[in-house]
Amino acid sequence: MTRLRIGRNRSAGLQRPPAAILAIAAIAIAFFALPFIGLLWRVPWGDAWSLLTTPSSLTALRLSIETSLWATALSIVFGVPLAWVLARYGFPGRRIVRALCLLSLVLPPVVGGVALFAAYGRRGLLGDSLFDWFGMRLPFSTAGVVLAQTFIAMPFLVLTVEAALRGLDRRTEDAARTLGASRWYAFRRVTLPAIRPALIAGAVMAWARALGEFGATITFAGNFPGRTQTMPLSVYLALESNPGQALVLSVVMIAISFGVLLSLRDQWLGGSSTSGGSR
Amino acid sequence: MSINAQFDIQLPEFHLAIELALAEGEVLAVLGPNGSGKSTLLRALCGLQPVDNGKILLNNIVVDDAELATFVLPEQRHIGVMFQNSTLFENLSVLENVAFGLRARGTKRVVARANATEWLERFSLEQFAQRRPASLSGGQAQRVALARALATNPDVLLLDEPTSALDVRAKAEIRRDLLRLRQQRPVTTLIVTHDPLDAFALADRVIVLEEGRIVQSGPLDEVASHPRSRHIADMVGLSLVRGEVRDGALTTASGARLVVPADSPSGPSVASIRPAAVSLHRAEPEGSARNAWKMTISDLDRHPERVRARLNGPIPLLAELTPTGAEALALNVGDDIWASVKASEVTVTPDLGS
Amino acid sequence: MAFQVPKLHPNALVAISFLMLLVFAPACGSSSTTSSTAGSTDSLSGSLTVSAASSLQGAFTDIKAAFRKLHPDVNVTINFAASSTLAQQIIAGAPVDVFAAADEATMNKVTDAKLLSGTPTLFAANSLEIIVRKGNPSKIASLSDLSKSGLIYVTCAPEVPIGKYSAQVLQKAGVTITPASFEPDVKGIVAKVSAGEADAGIVYSTDIRATKRAADGVAIPANLNVIAKYPIAAIFKSGNNTAAEAWIAFVTGTAGQSILKSYGFTSP
Repeated sequence: MTRLRIGRNRSAGLQRPPAAILAIAAIAIAFFALPFIGLLWRVPWGDAWSLLTTPSSLTALRLSIETSLWATALSIVFGVPLAWVLARYGFPGRRIVRALCLLSLVLPPVVGGVALFAAYGRRGLLGDSLFDWFGMRLPFSTAGVVLAQTFIAMPFLVLTVEAALRGLDRRTEDAARTLGASRWYAFRRVTLPAIRPALIAGAVMAWARALGEFGATITFAGNFPGRTQTMPLSVYLALESNPGQALVLSVVMIAISFGVLLSLRDQWLGGSSTSGGSR
Repeated sequence: MSINAQFDIQLPEFHLAIELALAEGEVLAVLGPNGSGKSTLLRALCGLQPVDNGKILLNNIVVDDAELATFVLPEQRHIGVMFQNSTLFENLSVLENVAFGLRARGTKRVVARANATEWLERFSLEQFAQRRPASLSGGQAQRVALARALATNPDVLLLDEPTSALDVRAKAEIRRDLLRLRQQRPVTTLIVTHDPLDAFALADRVIVLEEGRIVQSGPLDEVASHPRSRHIADMVGLSLVRGEVRDGALTTASGARLVVPADSPSGPSVASIRPAAVSLHRAEPEGSARNAWKMTISDLDRHPERVRARLNGPIPLLAELTPTGAEALALNVGDDIWASVKASEVTVTPDLGS
Repeated sequence: MAFQVPKLHPNALVAISFLMLLVFAPACGSSSTTSSTAGSTDSLSGSLTVSAASSLQGAFTDIKAAFRKLHPDVNVTINFAASSTLAQQIIAGAPVDVFAAADEATMNKVTDAKLLSGTPTLFAANSLEIIVRKGNPSKIASLSDLSKSGLIYVTCAPEVPIGKYSAQVLQKAGVTITPASFEPDVKGIVAKVSAGEADAGIVYSTDIRATKRAADGVAIPANLNVIAKYPIAAIFKSGNNTAAEAWIAFVTGTAGQSILKSYGFTSP
């Protein structure tokens, strides 16, 4: 075990992982990379541009971006207070509430869609009230898509933000209170900035999840071009009628998600701010 | 502002029962080991922890009363708090940190910043104004935290372990700042600490907390010479000697000389000596101990497990012996006796005060 | 500091591909192991993969049970999905032995790809019916009722046979409707009407029977109806052609036909 290693590559030797681990990791990398490489290889690049700019593709793309951004906004507006309550208040049954709020994370999304029917559908618990009060029908509507995406995506944000809130030194907020800050002022000026990296990471993850949401959307909101047919639905349906278009749309989705994940790592998770006295 | 507190708080580990009164401008040190309830006492006073029984009055106004169900929120108590290990806001610059309290109270940004700049200048911290707290040293951060707590002109100042986790020099700087502050504007202050030097440097009076109870209180001298428990004895028994260090020796104002460790920096200093490090002899000692003085025993405090002797002479000292040792020397108040201290037992701190 | 990821040696690539295959193979429910017939009274054995239109789910599940009694050594796996999806999979090289489609056009795609070992046989017919919510609360009596305002009608995309047929039926009846949704397959229509979220759709009679009265049916007159004819064929690349032929023979035989009838299918 404690054999002395003397040589010029001493530090390099210490940092290099064992060969077996390297090999297995390489297999894992290939496991992730191959499907995407395969996809790129299959794409009919000659027609890519025309396939991508067909009205149906553009409609689906626009709808997907709109609905996923709405879902992200709703996730932030409702998810941050939820995470706050889960992280800070020890009420009886908190663990149950917490599990409940994160259930859609592990549920098959189709089940999520069915459950949404049971609550907000026409014959659901709230369906009639929603219609009576707001004249609103959620199934088969764009609002229904946003609802389904929010249902599936919000737990990602809640998890990240809750972890950040738990990791926060509460004395910082205490200090703010003793300095004359109300709870709300302390939250806005002290807590929120402190959890900002986690909030951004959580929001981006929720957004990516909303963008890729399929099961709950098609179950709850159906599939109608321009109204509820998002990119993933469009890809799924095009697979049968127009595989080339499906591939091109898939590549666009992958490119968007990949870009977001890359920027997330570099800007917010990796080298955290070391912006000292540069002013 | 005066403080009157008489309350109970039930904690998971123990019960905190407090009864204390501070007059306007008084400085009280709360000494006690970790987990004795010191911080909870502080949190109760500033409104971060409601009391379970009893009440707290600031300037004779009830801010927390369990029976009346009165509770004044922390942001309305006008108490400045400096927490342990500074709790600066990492996302704000040093200047914005100091301006935070005024901003939170609705002061205009320009005014708050001007005021904060003044406070930074007062603590000679103005060159850090635009820096982020993360780039400050521990001592600098703690002094910024002090400036931040003072910037709202609080009526009461609560200091939670103001010097813990700082190096010797930074500890001394904080103490100097606090002393200057007292001279400029006496603020009713409560210092929670486990470092008796804080109490020696700053406090008029101490209370000692153990497991949620006040086990002793009074002027520091009295507590130091008559500690009621081993624990208190260990904590407050230090003898302090002020003077000028030069060439490995400290010279007091009265001209007495104390040999200190050779690596001690020159300049005005405070030397501290633990009572157990002081040896007593009937005759002038010979040999390695170069610090030896002829003293008079002015007070003896006998306990079954230890004896404390207060010694008057060129350098007033507290000495502690085992009962057997005291018996062998047949000590009595008024006796002349030789006291010696090894140079290696002397701790030297730079004296930045007054 | 940083270590370099070693360049993948061609052999390593082979090894990794092999590993990936190990991971994926069981999920595909692969076919083609014609193993020894020793010790078995029945000459058929190995595994058989059948891709069948969603509407055949109930009937083919029963047929599988009956078929297994006759040929216990054949391990039958049935993959139910929209015919168009299945055809797409087969053309993409999915290891399938028998394909049973819900329409001839879809089967023709596979025929055109020269993937069939023989010619397709018609084995069942299915007529269309209007599916309505249980108890028919929207009081739908005819195709023209489907254009009532406020009524939620769901269908499938024209690429899916049922989508194409229902469009034909509505055209013949002279009814114009904007659907609320184009579901990916018949099950989507049935699910949304059974759940009460949609009011009506047009599906196969067999689908309504399969809901076990969770939804009701309204008949479509024969002159407007489209009769879907179901073709079945063995796939050329099948590794188990004898079992594939046996399956087709069973489906077209009396036992198979009577099971299909019990699910609402008619003879072609």
